[in-house]
Amino acid sequence: MSAFWKTPVGMDRRHFMQHLAGSSAAAGAAMSLGSAIYANADEMKKNRKSAILLWMGGGPATIDIWDLKPGAPTGGPFKPISTTGDMQICEHMPMMAQQMKHLSIVRSMSTREADHNRGRYYMHTGFVPNPNIEHPSYGSVIAHELIEQRPELEIPPFVSIGGAAAGPGFLGMAWSPFSVTSNGRIRNLDMKLDESRLMQRMAALNAIETGFEKRTRDLPASEHAKVLRKTYDLMTSSQMEAFRVEKEPDEVKERYGTDNFGQGCLLARRLVEAGVPFVEVDLGGWDNHNGIHNILKDTKLPQLDRAMSALTEDLAQRGLLEDTVIMWMGEFGRTPRINQDAGRDHWARSWSCVVGGGNLKGGLAVGETSSDGTAVESEPYSSEDLMSTVCKGLGISTEKTFTSKNGRPMKIAGGGKIITDLLA
Amino acid sequence: MAATGLVVAAEPVRPQVALINELIEQGWRDYEIRSPAPEADDATWARRVHLDVIGRIPTIAELQEFAADRGSDKRAKLVDKLLYDDRYTEEYAGHWATIWSNLLIGRSGGNDRRSMVSPAGMKKYLRDSFAMNKPYNTMVYELVSATGSGKPGTENFNGAANFLLDKVNEEDAVLATSSTSRIFLGQQVQCTQCHNHPFNQWKQQRFWEFNSFFRQTRSLRRFVEGTNDIEHGELVDQDYAGEGNDPEDALIFYELRNGLTKVAYPVFTDGTEIGKSGFVTEVNRRQELGRLMLESEYLDKMAVNRIWSLFLGFGFTKPIDDLGPHNPASHPELLEKLSAEFRKSSYDLKELITWITTSRPYQLAAVLGSNNEIDDPSIGEMPKFSRFYLRQMSAEQLYQSMVTATDASASGSYEEQERERRKWLEQFVVAFGTDEGDEATTFNGSIPQALMLFNGELTQNAISKAEGSFIDRIAGSGRSPQERVTNLFQAGLARRPSKTEMQVASKLLQARKGDEKEMLQDMWWAVLNSNEFIMQH
Repeated sequence: MSAFWKTPVGMDRRHFMQHLAGSSAAAGAAMSLGSAIYANADEMKKNRKSAILLWMGGGPATIDIWDLKPGAPTGGPFKPISTTGDMQICEHMPMMAQQMKHLSIVRSMSTREADHNRGRYYMHTGFVPNPNIEHPSYGSVIAHELIEQRPELEIPPFVSIGGAAAGPGFLGMAWSPFSVTSNGRIRNLDMKLDESRLMQRMAALNAIETGFEKRTRDLPASEHAKVLRKTYDLMTSSQMEAFRVEKEPDEVKERYGTDNFGQGCLLARRLVEAGVPFVEVDLGGWDNHNGIHNILKDTKLPQLDRAMSALTEDLAQRGLLEDTVIMWMGEFGRTPRINQDAGRDHWARSWSCVVGGGNLKGGLAVGETSSDGTAVESEPYSSEDLMSTVCKGLGISTEKTFTSKNGRPMKIAGGGKIITDLLA
Repeated sequence: MAATGLVVAAEPVRPQVALINELIEQGWRDYEIRSPAPEADDATWARRVHLDVIGRIPTIAELQEFAADRGSDKRAKLVDKLLYDDRYTEEYAGHWATIWSNLLIGRSGGNDRRSMVSPAGMKKYLRDSFAMNKPYNTMVYELVSATGSGKPGTENFNGAANFLLDKVNEEDAVLATSSTSRIFLGQQVQCTQCHNHPFNQWKQQRFWEFNSFFRQTRSLRRFVEGTNDIEHGELVDQDYAGEGNDPEDALIFYELRNGLTKVAYPVFTDGTEIGKSGFVTEVNRRQELGRLMLESEYLDKMAVNRIWSLFLGFGFTKPIDDLGPHNPASHPELLEKLSAEFRKSSYDLKELITWITTSRPYQLAAVLGSNNEIDDPSIGEMPKFSRFYLRQMSAEQLYQSMVTATDASASGSYEEQERERRKWLEQFVVAFGTDEGDEATTFNGSIPQALMLFNGELTQNAISKAEGSFIDRIAGSGRSPQERVTNLFQAGLARRPSKTEMQVASKLLQARKGDEKEMLQDMWWAVLNSNEFIMQH
């Protein structure tokens, strides 16, 4: 037998650490800091911004929720009610009405994408779809920009709850959303192996990865190495406790609603408390081409009202709202005109988004639509504008430029203008 | 530039292959690519073609058989074997049925409680079609014009009906309209439902004219006796009186943005009109549509563009299913001519696959070199096909590869295995919550995928060292530990281990205190988790 099998090497953990990817030393350090995040919570909270995006898949009828047109033929059956902010909203959002002092409505959103996929892309990235480039989504950009504020974070910085969010685009796979279900249970997280053996396997894996990367000289290979590192960190992190939403008291769970969206919002709060910079919570089912008002009144609005109000209230009470931007939006609004099936169709020309927290003012209604809701009558705002404003609210400079893989320089949010009314 | 070093196809080279080579090489000259990537070595290529044609990596035995062939046309012979040898019929049909089922009804098709779709029925129809190498145009016609029950074992069973079962009822068959035109003709019309498209030639009128073809069709819910549970769906054609309530002149109305109402009748995208009657016996609208589609050159182009992209990683257009003057192709002449050849071959998919897999671009290594640096479609450049583009296997390919390489799940009937496979795949599918049933897969290289490969049940099974398991068999192979490690690498990566990798194995053997099976288990875990394993290269 060759000398190959006789190499005398001490097989301790330290040895295999040296075989891990270049930054293996950092992995060790991060692990030992695992619980520091809780010990130093007060210190960390300073200048630690986060954002939560409540994503309404399918395109919600904002004319029935945030910008009612009572009396107009397009107005639908719902009545407006007063709020703690300087605006009225739909009667089926009574709990949100109590929280509106914290959040503002942008009623003059006017965009051009009325197809689900295109609209989802546009509202998530601030760029219209372009076959030649994949733009990074909100979550990836904001996580990328805020990660430096929290070197101790082991949870992926962009968590998507109950949905697929949108991808990292040219920022690369390491910035893609970590998709979880609303109960916070993460599949395959448990290591069925002792840590030292896992580490030895990681070393073997690293040897294969490095060779492949060298041979192909292509990007996907190096991206993969980063993902493996993060996966390893996550498996060994005590911070994953934040996902255990089942630990919340029953009355809290019920206040948010025990449906997926309610539990997702509760999980979002826990993640923000643990320092995750961007969380997206998905609530689909707004593509209401038929019988829209019954669906809204009986299902969607009560569900939304309960969860969104509980989330806003909790963040405000805990003093987290001044560092946390909340956004509510879908891919577009719905037609003011009610169609023959008592539904509303896709409509991007005049609709609303909701935003607040961080450095942004609450309690305002910004912009106006015409009396039947078919047109914006004040300055129109785009996805780029909203995204720039959210960045401002998080203290992220919109002057920052990214460079795409083909060398194209690109401003965050496509250089949108800031909605100055919202700035404190 | 001469096609030197090309040892692929049997002499004489088929004219279609020569056509591909000539036009692709012309593209290299036009872009001043001095030389393409070198040719991929045999084993790498064999792994590639197994994955692409039958949906899984080759076994050690298959690699050895290929390596033993010394003929200059060994690659063409392998393609032939995978396509035509009875040993592979089932796997070939299963792989392509999966691809098409995902396309036609989505990975989550039939999961919803209200759904009438039977994924098993869809798969059965597709498997049978691919197994008998049904001409592509026949398959399209059947899918578009199908009637009958979607569920196997029921009366009037016709698996092809599943394509439209969930797409014709809601919202006036809008989804049937957009899916049919996009999937088979590469014409994206979904935006034109509400308004004229800003950048393609489609107008709102066209959308509703195309839509009119589906208005005689209904999906009927068949219930489990005595309950409200849907047992299956049945697609039927019924006489249609139109929205003006006159079956002799069955028109539909649609509304313009400004609220005005317009009228539409069935008119094909090229302007061909059919009869206005809504009586099925006078005019069967879907059969007419099928007939007109078969005459359209877009049918050919879309098929070729799709199949090409499945093998080469990128199509001639991006996205592949958006064809037309507004979206120029990277190789317009090749797309045109290859599509015409496909039609001439009577839409023989196996022929098309043979042309592509034996062509020069498909032989190239997955290496980005200094000679072809500009060939990087991942950053938005037009693909030049001067190298093989790295891409991740689909979830299905990975599953099948792990199962095959390790016999991890060989037990049980076809239905049981299929159920298990579906359950596993579901963990990566996320629905977007729109009426169109849009979905995405999170099997995309991110953390959930890595977790699954690190710790998931499939991996646990694959690396089991129980008696008769893959590790057990490897442990009994070869003459030395080195040979056994080599066999392991051949099985997973179709190559020998490097010196460094052998050293790691050696260290692992010591860490496992000489327990070779445990070492092999650790190495196999690393192989299965590596990019090199999960990627098509």
